[in-house]
Amino acid sequence: MFSGYSLPELGAIFAMQGFAGLILFSVFVLMALGLAIIFGQMGVINMAHGEFMILGAYVTYLVSQAFATYAPALFGAYFFVAMVLAFCASGLLGMFVEWAIIRHLYKRPLDTLLATWGLSLILQQSFRSLFGAREVGVTIPSWMMGSLPLTDLIEVPINGIFVMVLALGISAAVYVMMFKSGWGRQVRAVTQNRTMAGAVGIDTERTDRLTFGIGCGVAGIAGAAFTMIGSTGPTSGQAYIVDTFLVVVFGGAASLLGTIASAFSISQAQSILEFFLSGSMAKVITLLVVVGILMLRPQGLFSIKLRK
Amino acid sequence: MTKTSFLKRDEAVGFAILALIIFIVFPLMLDDFRLNLFGKYLTYAFVAVGLVLCWGAGGILSLGQGVFFGLGGYCMAMFLKLEASTPEATAIQSTPGIPDFMDWNQISALPIWWQPFNSFGFTVLAILAVPALFSLIIGFAMFRRRVGGVYFAIITQAIAAIATILIVGQQGYTGGVNGITDLRTLMGWDIRPDSAKTALYFVNAVLLFACLFIAMAIRKSKFGRVLVAMRDAEDRVRFSGYDVASFKIFIFCVGAMMASVGGAMFTLQVGFMSPTIVGIVPSIEMVIFCAVGGRHSLLGAVYGALLVNWARTTLSESFPELWLFGLGGLFIAVVLAFPNGLAGLYDDYVKPRLKLSRRNHAAKPSNPQLAE
Repeated sequence: MFSGYSLPELGAIFAMQGFAGLILFSVFVLMALGLAIIFGQMGVINMAHGEFMILGAYVTYLVSQAFATYAPALFGAYFFVAMVLAFCASGLLGMFVEWAIIRHLYKRPLDTLLATWGLSLILQQSFRSLFGAREVGVTIPSWMMGSLPLTDLIEVPINGIFVMVLALGISAAVYVMMFKSGWGRQVRAVTQNRTMAGAVGIDTERTDRLTFGIGCGVAGIAGAAFTMIGSTGPTSGQAYIVDTFLVVVFGGAASLLGTIASAFSISQAQSILEFFLSGSMAKVITLLVVVGILMLRPQGLFSIKLRK
Repeated sequence: MTKTSFLKRDEAVGFAILALIIFIVFPLMLDDFRLNLFGKYLTYAFVAVGLVLCWGAGGILSLGQGVFFGLGGYCMAMFLKLEASTPEATAIQSTPGIPDFMDWNQISALPIWWQPFNSFGFTVLAILAVPALFSLIIGFAMFRRRVGGVYFAIITQAIAAIATILIVGQQGYTGGVNGITDLRTLMGWDIRPDSAKTALYFVNAVLLFACLFIAMAIRKSKFGRVLVAMRDAEDRVRFSGYDVASFKIFIFCVGAMMASVGGAMFTLQVGFMSPTIVGIVPSIEMVIFCAVGGRHSLLGAVYGALLVNWARTTLSESFPELWLFGLGGLFIAVVLAFPNGLAGLYDDYVKPRLKLSRRNHAAKPSNPQLAE
């Protein structure tokens, strides 16, 4: 498969595909971060995670429309407003869902899976009724267009770099929240031992609701970032949900670093294989390898020792 | 009654009522078109019955049953396609005698793994053996390492995703996104006219009852009891000296084979097989058939499969936008409000009253809608 390419060309291919892989990596990381909070920390399977992401994307779309109509002068900055609003919209919906559905099901994880799948169907149909079945795209602000030439052969798109920086920034924020703040300590305490956490005075119900809300909010931000590199349709979220769950499981459910490492390896493998094989075969091989490794090492790449 | 040693009175009545509905009421009430549709629903009931064993009794939730359904369906479709692709029927192709989609994809010879499907005996064997082997591999890898519950569900779902991508991607060998279509005859018997569909409906019904009896036998056996014990307290069963993994692997294989038989019958009844029936969405819908009927009830699963599919057809005919809301609501309602499904509702509300009325009027005949 390498024949016919000279060495510098191969290097350039790997660099370009590697960069395309980095963009995919950013999307995976953004989606998986929310899931790593919800699934990794709380142990809740949220099959509607993709739809929370799409909600963020639609919010971004609406905000960009509003800016284009009412404040065209500030159009370059709309993304930051959209990001905050997307976080709030997805987060609030997440807290409502936790209150209405999830809190009744903490002891039945498989049933949560079914209920949130139902929720995802309802959300999909709502998006379709509200925004139509066709995919919508946003106009990227002008400063995000174009690409940076690194060498003669290698060019990198600016919107890709932006999404990547965003992914890293939010990963850092989530890390600080989970592992350095008082709230994160409460979340981890509640997950590890609900009864004892309650006994030492943590409001477990409030913590659960907030955790779920923040996880969904991060998905909303992921959706906002998603609009910068692709268009959004009612079912776009479902396309990513399996990959995202695999990323989280492959990384080791409770480990944030593991999630990032697995997002990196899966996205790089997929994007480099894509150049040499057809897109579908690249995906099949990547997923098969991941599933195979998970069968051999069910606890994932990075596991935290827990007494169960 | 001769079966009293095997079935309790309630269960025998339940079986009799289901048989009455499927063998007599439906064929008399429905026209050919609707009966064919119900034949299709019956093929889904095979999967639901398998899921009652895996999920209801064994506690193993597989979100990849569509893969096994598809394996059976594709095996049958390959046989039928080869029978339909005689050199005479495909004379206009650049390579006559191979399936039309292969010709469209510039494949000039029948791939080697297609060739055994010229034989009906091999096909029937494959319908049972391929999913069994496949589920054996998955089950062996997962259950030996004590992967269960949520992780098992996610990984089986990933397998369903892989299967769909693979089938769609390898268009020349699998018919791609359209699937294998234009199937005509089974050993010379034309499967397309209404009379054949009606006959297939009855074949489906007989096979489904065979599956139900096998499932019932498994549940009544000591094996079934160990399975339930394992679901409720896996460690205790393990510490009592049972090899938990082998039990799980076995029941997972049984569920897979039932799904596969359903898939093969689906291909016959509907006349095509496509990757849309294999993927993540149909696989998880198969779980809802079982959940609506009642995850612990074999007969309930059949009612669940029939009801949900019937509701889908009716709703999406008249209100297409409403169906997804309905299905989504059903998922949530079944989990939150009645986790034991229709069978649970029957046990909680109908059965006590029946017992009461039976006690009051000992001679009065009862007519329960649902029973287990």
